[in-house]
Amino acid sequence: MSQDKPVRQAKGTVFVRPEVCKGCAYCIEFCPTECLGFSEEFNAKGYHYPVLKHPEECTGCGLCGLYCPDFAIFGIRLKDIPQAASEPPVPPKAG
Amino acid sequence: MSTDTLDTLGPEGLPHMDNPSLPYLRGERIPHIWCPGCGIGTTVNCFTRALGEAVSDLDKVAIVSGIGCTGRVAGYMNLDSFHTTHGRAIPFAAGLKLARPEMKVVVYSGDGDLFAIGGNHFVHAARRNMDLMVVCVNNFTYGMTGGQLAPTTPEGASQTTMPFGNFEKPMSLPFLADAAGASFVARWTVFHVRQLTRTLREALGKQGFRFIEILAPCPTLFLRRNRLGDGVDMVRVYKERSKIRDGADTKDVDLGMDGDIIVGKFVDRERPTWLQSMNAHYQQVFGERYRPWGGVREQD
Repeated sequence: MSQDKPVRQAKGTVFVRPEVCKGCAYCIEFCPTECLGFSEEFNAKGYHYPVLKHPEECTGCGLCGLYCPDFAIFGIRLKDIPQAASEPPVPPKAG
Repeated sequence: MSTDTLDTLGPEGLPHMDNPSLPYLRGERIPHIWCPGCGIGTTVNCFTRALGEAVSDLDKVAIVSGIGCTGRVAGYMNLDSFHTTHGRAIPFAAGLKLARPEMKVVVYSGDGDLFAIGGNHFVHAARRNMDLMVVCVNNFTYGMTGGQLAPTTPEGASQTTMPFGNFEKPMSLPFLADAAGASFVARWTVFHVRQLTRTLREALGKQGFRFIEILAPCPTLFLRRNRLGDGVDMVRVYKERSKIRDGADTKDVDLGMDGDIIVGKFVDRERPTWLQSMNAHYQQVFGERYRPWGGVREQD
């Protein structure tokens, strides 16, 4: 039992504006829990934008939103989202 | 671009939320012109967070920029903003501050604008301790005009006007600001976003000449020409090479192509600002006849 990987529960999530992303990968590189990855899809300018690859790992620290040079992503703790604190999030479609 | 295409993609079942930086930006001008991997956007992001924490009334803040990539910041911020002639951001800002002393005036510009063409203005504003906050985004090159040699380019770096490597000694910006008499001097890189936000917030609440240097990668010109990879590679290098030393002697904070990058808050001292000195001096000279200038006009 003790060797089982503990089941993590998402404490936060991210919101992305795909059309302003330029694919610089700052958020993906410096995410402390490495829960972000590039999307399979392109946006209109031809860049891959970030998506939550491991939503259960996200702690909502907001560091991705602080690094983003294009104001395209921000992270937030679930308990800080109005009227949705108790609902489990559904991850965005990963392309 | 219509606003429909700028919709936020969030998890299903959660209410729509807007980016917390957007209230401080002119949303219709985003996406901005800065290249993918450029660090200027990250500094603006930290600045908007600092504004949100330190300032309650945005009408009391003005931002002044010169020319260049970083000079475009004034056009993207949803504040009273002023895009001035090349190198003259500090004189314009000083005039604005003296006419309206109740405002907080921030000068946000690049290293070429503030230290090459406007170097003289910087030195004298620091000497007088003008009540300005000067944020310099240092990307070691002239980004907008095509990668010419800047006064901050490290020794050995290749530039379009120095194709066989730079042999000139670069200017150490914190040392210059300290020697000229600035009351607050700090340096961070684009990697240190939390520390940078805290320092910007602290500087917004202070008085006197405050200088903050932010090292940012220029992927299109400086990094590509010197084969240093992409913007994110350079930020990873900042992470490895930077050493946080608050209160370090500014003589020891030179930058090179390799070696440590000393970051932190170097100088924090109390000095009377130019306006305080002027009022105190003339009150001493003229006594009761002198009415100190506080910026409140009688007809208002």
